[in-house]
Amino acid sequence: GMRFLLLFSRQGRLRLQKWFTPTPEREKKKIIRDMTTMVLARKPRSCNFLHWRDLKIVYKRYASLYFCLALEDQDNELLALEILHRYVELLDKYFGNVCELDIIFNFEKAYFILDEFLMGGEIQETSKQIVNRSIEASDMLQETMEEYMSKPAF
Amino acid sequence: MSDVVEKTLTALPSLLSLDSQPGSGKLSSTSKLGNLIRGITELTSKHEEEKLIQRELSSIKEQVASPNTSMRQMKELMVRAIYCEMLGYEASFSYIHAIKLAQQGTVLEKRVGYLAVSLFLNESHELLLLLVNTVLKDLQSTNLIEVCMALTVVSQMFPKDMIPAILPLVEEKLTHPKEIIRRKAVLALYKFYLIAPNQVQHIHNKFRKALCDKDPGVMTASLHIYLQMIKENPEGYKDLTASFVTILKQVVGGKLPMDFNYHSVPAPWLQIQLLRILSLLGKDDQSTSEMMYEVLDESLRRAEMNHNITYAILYECVKSIYTIHPKAELLEKAAKCIGNFVLSPKINLKYLGLKALTYVVQQDANLALQHQLTIIECLDHSDLVIKRETLELLFRITNAQNVTVIVEKMLEFLRLSKDDYTTIDLVGKVAELAEKYAPDNEWFIETMNTVFSLGGDMMQPDIPNSFLRLLSEGFDSTEEDRQLRLFAVDSYVSLLQGEPGRLPQRFLQVISWVLGEYSHLREGLEPATTLRLLAKLLDMKHTSSETKSWVLLAMSKLCEGPDCVSLAQELSERHGGSLDTVLRQRVQELRHLSEDAELRASVLPRDAAQEPLEVDSSLSFLDGFVSEALSAGAAPYKPPHQRQEELAQAKALSLEPYGLSLPISMSSCSLADRQSPTLLSMSSGLSGNSTDLSHKGGSTTLKLDGVKRVWGKDGYLAQKEPVEESAQVEVPSPLCSPSRQGGADSTHSQTPTPTPTPEPEKEKQQLASSLFVGLGSQSSVCLMGKSEQTPQRFRRKAKGQGSSSGASEQISNSHYSTQSTVDNLLCNNLLDSTVTSDLAVSTPEQTPQLSQEVATTNGTCDAEQDLIEETDPGNSPSLIRANSTVTADPPAHKDPDRPKDSCLSSHLPAELAGLSHSEIIPLCSSQNLDLSACHVQKEDALLLVIFIENSSDSDIEQMLLQTESDELEVSCVTDSPVEAVRSLSVSVYQYSLMVKRPAAHVALAGTASYQLPSGESQVMQFSYRLPLTSFIRPLCVSTEEYGTLWLAFSQDTKQNLALLNDGQDPLTATLDVLKNKLQLHVVDIIGAEGIVACRLLQGQPCLMHCRVHAGSLAVWLRSPVPDLPDCLLYHCQRALQEH
Repeated sequence: GMRFLLLFSRQGRLRLQKWFTPTPEREKKKIIRDMTTMVLARKPRSCNFLHWRDLKIVYKRYASLYFCLALEDQDNELLALEILHRYVELLDKYFGNVCELDIIFNFEKAYFILDEFLMGGEIQETSKQIVNRSIEASDMLQETMEEYMSKPAF
Repeated sequence: MSDVVEKTLTALPSLLSLDSQPGSGKLSSTSKLGNLIRGITELTSKHEEEKLIQRELSSIKEQVASPNTSMRQMKELMVRAIYCEMLGYEASFSYIHAIKLAQQGTVLEKRVGYLAVSLFLNESHELLLLLVNTVLKDLQSTNLIEVCMALTVVSQMFPKDMIPAILPLVEEKLTHPKEIIRRKAVLALYKFYLIAPNQVQHIHNKFRKALCDKDPGVMTASLHIYLQMIKENPEGYKDLTASFVTILKQVVGGKLPMDFNYHSVPAPWLQIQLLRILSLLGKDDQSTSEMMYEVLDESLRRAEMNHNITYAILYECVKSIYTIHPKAELLEKAAKCIGNFVLSPKINLKYLGLKALTYVVQQDANLALQHQLTIIECLDHSDLVIKRETLELLFRITNAQNVTVIVEKMLEFLRLSKDDYTTIDLVGKVAELAEKYAPDNEWFIETMNTVFSLGGDMMQPDIPNSFLRLLSEGFDSTEEDRQLRLFAVDSYVSLLQGEPGRLPQRFLQVISWVLGEYSHLREGLEPATTLRLLAKLLDMKHTSSETKSWVLLAMSKLCEGPDCVSLAQELSERHGGSLDTVLRQRVQELRHLSEDAELRASVLPRDAAQEPLEVDSSLSFLDGFVSEALSAGAAPYKPPHQRQEELAQAKALSLEPYGLSLPISMSSCSLADRQSPTLLSMSSGLSGNSTDLSHKGGSTTLKLDGVKRVWGKDGYLAQKEPVEESAQVEVPSPLCSPSRQGGADSTHSQTPTPTPTPEPEKEKQQLASSLFVGLGSQSSVCLMGKSEQTPQRFRRKAKGQGSSSGASEQISNSHYSTQSTVDNLLCNNLLDSTVTSDLAVSTPEQTPQLSQEVATTNGTCDAEQDLIEETDPGNSPSLIRANSTVTADPPAHKDPDRPKDSCLSSHLPAELAGLSHSEIIPLCSSQNLDLSACHVQKEDALLLVIFIENSSDSDIEQMLLQTESDELEVSCVTDSPVEAVRSLSVSVYQYSLMVKRPAAHVALAGTASYQLPSGESQVMQFSYRLPLTSFIRPLCVSTEEYGTLWLAFSQDTKQNLALLNDGQDPLTATLDVLKNKLQLHVVDIIGAEGIVACRLLQGQPCLMHCRVHAGSLAVWLRSPVPDLPDCLLYHCQRALQEH
């Protein structure tokens, strides 16, 4: 299973955090600090996999944003890389050409999409169509979109 | 797709202030969140940011508290609060409002409320209890979105104790008409299974239904649970193998809807999940494995190398193929696949290739040989991650020939690495390799020096401990021991003369101890010199007070002579006023001991490091003090676990009122599972548990609680093998097949370090040859550094073997492990017929090949034949008759071993003749004498019988046997010890043995001294070893007594044992085996639990509590005697393994 997912910028600013197992606040801060320093220090074209304590870290950079996923020992790193990729695809589908700013300003939407995609540290839905269909069927994101587009809430 | 994404994202930074670009249209430039975010990006310092956020937070705080704030505004405020928290600023005031929002908002607001709660609160946060009712309500909602949200939040952070409250509702959702609800319900249950497996045990059959769900998504979700359950108990799910295989076949064959394709690969997540399950099911199980060969082959074939996702599948396939029962054809394909990974230019694939190699190299070392040049390239890779993985691989193929190169590479990496976790891990591995394969003393000490310097104070404490033990216990040769210690002393003296300030504390402690113990070995090294070096450490700023204690203790051992006295005095003046009491005490000790050499010799005897310390771990010497305190009104002591339990109980009670307000009765769960997942089942089974029977009345309830919790606890201690085992357990793995490359490489062998040559290629070749030496066909079977082809240098001395084995120059033989089974059988036969005169007649032709040579050197039986009448007049007439038959039977004495047994057993004292005795084994022999021994198990005693045979034609005078043992108390039973052994006769000594200190095997060492007719005196040494089981007797107690005893004992150990499955009832079957083999008394069996008791001969009890859990037998042993539980556990394990 997955332990946590972090999105952060090239400057090391956290953009999204998801903890799949209970983690004390203090530990979270340490992990975030460790992850950003570790991942940002990696040279381009290095391997996308790292070790951190007993966890495997799989990270990938999309433009200015780093996606960083922690796995338990038995999990498949390549598959995790594809999980990250699928998430980016989903974001892209929702925002239409997603960019870091979309995620900064609409981070709660990014969380909602993530919750439809992963649940309890496991893949919940791998079919892009079904994710979208379920979203549309329940009209969840659709509604927020409309509302959002017509009359900004904030 | 990804290209588009990447391109768009690359264009991003410039977008910050623009509205016209794609994506930015959705940003609301006027929103408060937008303002906040923009505000922050414009700031230049952390301080400014802090100020801004604090302002923001106080504004949010004000608004959330206002009664006029609508839910809609609340939603927006929560989003801002989440943002502030993400930046690392606490907004705890908003938590309660997040819960309120989830409770009261409309669907969209509720969703933000739930999100905020899941981000703000941890599983154990007390506010979460307020969420339970909201979740319950939403689970029952007719609005699917609300149900979905509730299920999502439940899987994220739901308080464990509250699971029973919502479980029925979640369970209900498994039959919901909407697949998305079913899927989420399955995943929520999976989460429950992970955090509290017992609570979902009753719905296992519903999981099966989910597995058969018509929606592939629901089926996929159920596999998460199955993977987990199969991991814990593969045996229980073998019947599902065919189903999993069928599903995988269909998936691979493209039978799923296109929706499930990912980059045109059919349901890769599902495939990988299934592969993982199959490998668990097929592990060590040929028939199950055979069911899956075809589909694995198919998966390999279909997954063409073209996309990351297919590599992921291939990697999992390869792992499965190497995990299940091997099939040559598949292995070959998998090996090729690994080859493709390793050779791939893509670095991620190379990394996985190395990992796969590491995984399979235990089975197929040739694979490593095939890729040796790639491996060497990876070893020098610029990416440390790759380097690290390569070292992991090398660690697995280390052997005595390549150890120096590999360890050098590991140390090289250690010097570069800044990561603590890596350092700890690698340092441990280097120490392990060094101890196992060190080529010489110098290398060993130097390597360990580096380990201690680099590992510093974060390395595992067992590394210095085991190093010191190795040094003090020594090996099989005294000279070797001396050399090693001497080398360590030299090395440390020069280190201290250098810059000791840079050495880690742990290392300084090791140095101090070694110098204290062994610096006297170095001739010419004055104690005063060493003392001054050590004293220097005391003055260093960074020396911790713990280290100072070590230093002072070492100095106390060394202080000798006037120089030292004055130094000690000086130190005591300087440190005598220290605030640290321990330090002050040590200094005082040093001063006193330095002045009184006699006292020092008795307190700190030289070379006594291996003498076991008697530790009274029950602290019985404090009994008087305790009873005095108790009578003065002090509260009795409660062990920590008991106190914890009481605390938990108190907590459980306080929750009760809240529980009542829930729509669903909480009574079933109020007690359940605060401490451990198994408590529920335990408390229900408790009524029959032995331990509570023994306590009646209110005063004992507290103790009972302690026991209750303890039974329920699930964590068992790691297996503790007795030390002597560690040297022997490794078995060479026989799987190596000949390879073309192996031969070529090994010819280079024995170049421990690469010599620099101008051509880099050649250098690599050379490195390769030094790394991969010992692998593959040339060097026969030595795969895996683990197998013991080459003898281990530092083979630990078997525990308790005493000093005799060290002195190899003297005539010492200790064969206790060499008897053949034939021997054994024969011995038993003989026992049955000792009295009936057909001794040994049946044996001559059975081992003709052995006879000749030994018969000439070993005339023991001849000796007896001639002298029957004279020996042991106390023996019964029947025995004499038995011997006469032997005499009449010429072939008997041609058989070297067995007749010996037969002949000697006839010399067993009459009162022992009817009892079963162990095989008679030779102890030692000289030209004139042969010593043999056996032990006889009696109800109330254990007797050691030593036979001394004089095979020469002259009498032996002044025969004297002396024995000693750390573990045993030996007392002579024979009334008047024999002083002379007549020519060609046998004398018998009897000793009664008692256990002083339990060990898995106990041993005694002895010397036999005697005088030859010429007046020359001779000494022989011997040792005898026997298992602790010989001393174990059943202890008959009632269940109640058992309970009382249990609470009184402090020494305990826990472990899971294999459960025997051959009988109807595995528990009874397993206990029966233990009872028969180890003479345990089964007190009671109640349901899935059993209690067993035994004692040592002299009466010390040991109790065992067994419980069947997850297919194994969880045992917990207790005793008042240290080590006894561990030793008994060891024998239980052995008994079950051998069964």
